[in-house]
Amino acid sequence: MFDVSAAALAAQLFTGLVLGMIFVLLAIGLSLIFGLMTVVNFAHGSFYMLGAYFGFVLLGLSGSFWVALAFAPLAVGVFGLLVERFLIRPLYGRNPDDPLLLTFGLSLVLVESARVIWGKIGLTLDPPAALAGAVNLGFTWFPTYRLFVIAVTIVVVVALWVFLKRTNVGLVIRAGSRDPLMVAALGVDLRRIRMLVFGIGSALAGLAGILAGPMRGAYAEMGVTMIIESFVVVVVGGMGSLLGAVVAGLLIGEVVSLTTFFAPKLSDIAVFGVMALVLLLRPSGLFGEAGLME
Amino acid sequence: MIRRLAAAVRAHPVLAFLVVFAVFPFLVPYKALATQVLIYGLFTLGFNLLYGYTGLLSFGHAAYWGLGAYGTGIALAKLKLGSLWLALGAGLALAGLGGAVGGFFCLRRRGIYFAMLTLAFAQVLYFIAFHLADVTGGDDGLRGIQVPPVTLPGLSVPITSSLAFYYFALAVVGVAVFALKRILDSPFGAVLQAIRENSDRAVACGYDVDRVKHLSFVFSALFCGLAGALDALRLTVVPVESLYWSTSGQVVIMTLLGGAGTFFGPFVGAATWLVLQDRVSVVTESWALVIGAVFMAFVLFLPKGLWGTLTGSR
Repeated sequence: MFDVSAAALAAQLFTGLVLGMIFVLLAIGLSLIFGLMTVVNFAHGSFYMLGAYFGFVLLGLSGSFWVALAFAPLAVGVFGLLVERFLIRPLYGRNPDDPLLLTFGLSLVLVESARVIWGKIGLTLDPPAALAGAVNLGFTWFPTYRLFVIAVTIVVVVALWVFLKRTNVGLVIRAGSRDPLMVAALGVDLRRIRMLVFGIGSALAGLAGILAGPMRGAYAEMGVTMIIESFVVVVVGGMGSLLGAVVAGLLIGEVVSLTTFFAPKLSDIAVFGVMALVLLLRPSGLFGEAGLME
Repeated sequence: MIRRLAAAVRAHPVLAFLVVFAVFPFLVPYKALATQVLIYGLFTLGFNLLYGYTGLLSFGHAAYWGLGAYGTGIALAKLKLGSLWLALGAGLALAGLGGAVGGFFCLRRRGIYFAMLTLAFAQVLYFIAFHLADVTGGDDGLRGIQVPPVTLPGLSVPITSSLAFYYFALAVVGVAVFALKRILDSPFGAVLQAIRENSDRAVACGYDVDRVKHLSFVFSALFCGLAGALDALRLTVVPVESLYWSTSGQVVIMTLLGGAGTFFGPFVGAATWLVLQDRVSVVTESWALVIGAVFMAFVLFLPKGLWGTLTGSR
């Protein structure tokens, strides 16, 4: 039954890599937001969905995929800023579960709104002409657009890493996740930093959404399964760890892709199997610190 | 007036429950709604034991509701058991077993991780039920459940009429409410609330917090499983969505609407959800939009829920 050519396997591995990139973008946002404000953003999947739909709208208005690619994440980021400012900020200092509950309610509202606004049937997004077609990788032909997705993700992750490690704002963000009280005592206005981080996380989810659009289409429920799998990525990688989000995102992407290929019935469950294994062997995740943020 | 009534209710909660629900079918527009309030109320009650009293937020309680429903449904539709009690027992056993296993895995982590793990565990069960169509009916749901009569020594009563089924459900839920009251009043119940307030301190006091949490998880699963089992009898079908995460979300919402950590909040919350759904779906099909917005408003402005705010209790 496993009689498949090496080329087909390689193509499947590459497909897993692309899916992994989408997971990485989602998980980094979740992890950043959680790291700084211990908020689990249940609406993250809805932001991903909004990214794809905003992209669709902007593509219609401007006629250019590049404009859509630049501004859809930005629009989702601004939306995230507003959500943090008006819905989540009142909840700081209250029961730590409250933001999770609130964003859960928000995700219901956003998914249903998308159904009302854009209809129940999914929409398709076309990749730009420059990225249409396929590239010969030597062992297989691979869609150019998917290679582009890999490239964009790598650039964004590296840029984010430089931002967090090499700039003053990045320093404050990292310090704020470690000891918010001390950072506030040093005179930093953490409220603005929190808003910024929530905005960045949301924008990353929006970017993942518009990147995924040409591959998977845009539909209201697209974020629902992605958010649960992204949670798995964050748990496997270790909450609050950027490296963990990247490694686990790629791992889960490959697990999904390969099980879909070899054992389709198991593909829905395999990721949870990986998570159970990681939790039994390394409860704090691959790169997480034990006891952090519990 | 409301406070004095609430005080009387708090003094004799089980009695108050029985009095209210004995006449409840005659107070609501149609009897099917009364039965639903009872069953969803029991589901919420079980969830509230874990969230409201022990302080553990699970996002995967669809698992135990669904296991109870499938346990009872499979016993009746596939194994052709003719006894109602055996069928209910099968649902309870499956839910209890699920709670023991799910609790073992999910309680390895605390806080936010716990919520995600419970969600993941429930999704695994959902996909298993979805693919095991021979046993569960898969996507079509489990069909062909025939509800046997209630048998007691020297007595056999059919419960096919909606009112007969309501009072049967009331008897079962009444026993569950009594059991919950005993659990909460016991020293064990006090430890649960101590864990909610300060888990580290409970450890320092010498309680085996991990074991107590696990037990509380299993108890919660049993209540939810019983509710699921009753719902399988009510619908005579088990939809696969019983195990889906939206069911987990529903019980979270009902708990918060009524008031987490209050004894009657679950029934108030379930009634609020059902009435809202009933009224709103007449006006618009985007009912999730309304319930989502109402839920957000509750989290922001009314975190104690309706019953918790009315009675001034936590």
